[in-house]
Amino acid sequence: MEKAFQALLEEWKGVKGNVIPLLQKTQDIFGYLPQDSMREIAHVTGKTTAEIFGVATFYAQFRFTPMGKHVMKVCHGTACHVQGADSLDTVVEQRLGVMPGNTTKDMEFTVERVACLGCCSLAPVVMIDGEVYGRLTGDKLGKIVAAAGAKK
Amino acid sequence: MSARAEVAVGMSSCGIAAGARVVFDLLSKNVSAQGLPYSVVATGCIGACHAEPLVEVRQADGRSFLYGNVDEVRAQSIVEKHLAAGVPVAEILIPADYPYLARQKRIVLANCGVIDPESIDQYIERDGYAALRKVLTGMTPEAVINEVKTSGLRGRGGAGFSAGMKWTFAREAKSTTGKKYVICNGDEGDPGAFMDRSVLEGDPHAVLEGMLIAAFAIGSDEGYVYVRAEYPLAIKRLQIALRQMEEKSLLGDNIMATPFSFRLHIKEGAGAFVCGEETALMGSIEGKRGMPRLRPPFPAARGLWDSPSNINNVETYANVPHIIRMGGAEYAKIGTEKSKGTKVFALAGKIKRGGMIEVPMGISLRDIIFDIGGGILGDKKFKAVQMGGPSGGCVPESLANVLIDYDSLTATGAIMGSGGMVVMDESTCMVDVARYFLSFVQSESCGKCTFCRIGTKRMLEILIRITEGKGQEKDVVDLEELASNVKISSLCGLGQTAPNPVLTTLRYFRSEYDDHIRNKRCAAKKCKALIRFRVIPEACTGCMLCARVCPTKAAHGERKKVHVIDQETCIRCGLCNEACRFDAIEITSGKE
Repeated sequence: MEKAFQALLEEWKGVKGNVIPLLQKTQDIFGYLPQDSMREIAHVTGKTTAEIFGVATFYAQFRFTPMGKHVMKVCHGTACHVQGADSLDTVVEQRLGVMPGNTTKDMEFTVERVACLGCCSLAPVVMIDGEVYGRLTGDKLGKIVAAAGAKK
Repeated sequence: MSARAEVAVGMSSCGIAAGARVVFDLLSKNVSAQGLPYSVVATGCIGACHAEPLVEVRQADGRSFLYGNVDEVRAQSIVEKHLAAGVPVAEILIPADYPYLARQKRIVLANCGVIDPESIDQYIERDGYAALRKVLTGMTPEAVINEVKTSGLRGRGGAGFSAGMKWTFAREAKSTTGKKYVICNGDEGDPGAFMDRSVLEGDPHAVLEGMLIAAFAIGSDEGYVYVRAEYPLAIKRLQIALRQMEEKSLLGDNIMATPFSFRLHIKEGAGAFVCGEETALMGSIEGKRGMPRLRPPFPAARGLWDSPSNINNVETYANVPHIIRMGGAEYAKIGTEKSKGTKVFALAGKIKRGGMIEVPMGISLRDIIFDIGGGILGDKKFKAVQMGGPSGGCVPESLANVLIDYDSLTATGAIMGSGGMVVMDESTCMVDVARYFLSFVQSESCGKCTFCRIGTKRMLEILIRITEGKGQEKDVVDLEELASNVKISSLCGLGQTAPNPVLTTLRYFRSEYDDHIRNKRCAAKKCKALIRFRVIPEACTGCMLCARVCPTKAAHGERKKVHVIDQETCIRCGLCNEACRFDAIEITSGKE
């Protein structure tokens, strides 16, 4: 991973507007933004570490702690909200024991709340590891979570 | 052109979510195994999202048949009966006069769901890049801008500013850096909106062609497409499109052997709603926190990296090639006096037939909901339509005859917006909707302006209080005062429009606020603190389903005996009601 990170820094050195792509690709490598990586990005881009941290914390995409093996995004867009996304949160909490924004102790699941996945006609929806599941009910979601957890 | 015999499967994000991939694989496998004379292709969104997965069979004789809700069983029967034996499967066919499709006018979406978005050749076959050729080989930049002005095209991102005017400003601006930029705003952040995603996924080249034409018109040689990171498929298809353009020398130096040169980059957003605001978006491309700045100077004078920049929305650019091909005057025949052309909407919520629709300006909201959308889900009572996301407002049922044009919609207190249209019925609580949108803008406020940062927070606290049954008479007055202050004291569109959902619900649904405050009652039975779940003894069969799904064991009872819900431990999640097959759970609110 460290090697890929160094190659990344080299690739984007001196490119205009490189801060956000560097942060994104660093997160792709490590799964989150380790503190040391932000220090090195600051060094390469000629900015202060505080500036880099300022940019990273501004955007919802960036994470500062390691992620679980599976990432589940519960959609809270308007359509999902009126179709009962709140009760999906309850199901997730019940099944996994964590509220959105957290990772389970066994590092299996990270649960996030997202604004809109753009699949409004299938509301309510969740996305697990990049796959969208739509027209959910509490019962259906429970089964999907159980199946995803079994997938190693 | 002789028609190809094809089986097209709608494979946009929502099609895939509905199971299109399994259907696609099954069709491909069978067609090749049986040597049937069809090619199975993946297309973008056909638009009838409520009937996903969709499969369209296009016969060699030019006739086409659309199938809806195709699962493996249905796909198998399409193979056996239609593809192998030549007899369309009537039972699952979507009729040609299906009202959902019949009242639409597809210009921007003309290719969506028809061509393979990953094939530049299919785009070119359908007149793709003909507009660019026309512009580069026979028009002056001024003539291009004039054509766009004649068309009357207004920004489809929501504000509705004249595209031709914007281009004029960018063309006339003097650059101190020697550069001008063209930017496409694909940071579709409004919850409940997915038009730009569908266009980028279904017909990426149309957007890119529009950008190239704009670049030629304003005198730019470099551009950016800014897309939210939540749209991985759109980003992937744009990357493919860019590569294909490079291969065909549609990007780079001396495009189509003319002096015009252009370079294009894709920028992935990093998740900040405020980046849909143009100055914040440009800050984000520059690698900064995406915080809006004071305008003027407008981007056309000083934008990205201090250079004059033209920034339009995805749908605006996608209109441009059509305008050039058909002529501005012809385009201007569609629509109303001040709103020309068509508008794409994402129809969702409590509606029978949701999906991506494109309608001519001037159609009424009621026609969209009842003719195209088929009315309200479960034939419940239609209450309101939320338009324009967090910046927009709720149009009540009483005003549903309003025509779709920028000015009529603004008069209702809502806005055209980018195109999100979420239908609400009697089971939607309008105070809860206001709270929902405010909690959204409150957490997305960048924090620069005091009123947007703190004012929205105070407003949210009041709304939460009301939905929890702790509202006071004075709350509504405070809300109105805060709303007007947030509006006038915020720099950018986010803050200026943030109070709209609150103001429109106050204007049209004041009685619901009063009901929550005075009677501690939520008529829609949505606000958890104000409702109770109860088992109807006469209807309960003792099947134990509710007890099984209840997360707090509040619902309990013995097999074949009437169950009860313990009010102390009930968290009002509603899972028991969802699970019950005998309508034996009753929700009450207030003094019922």
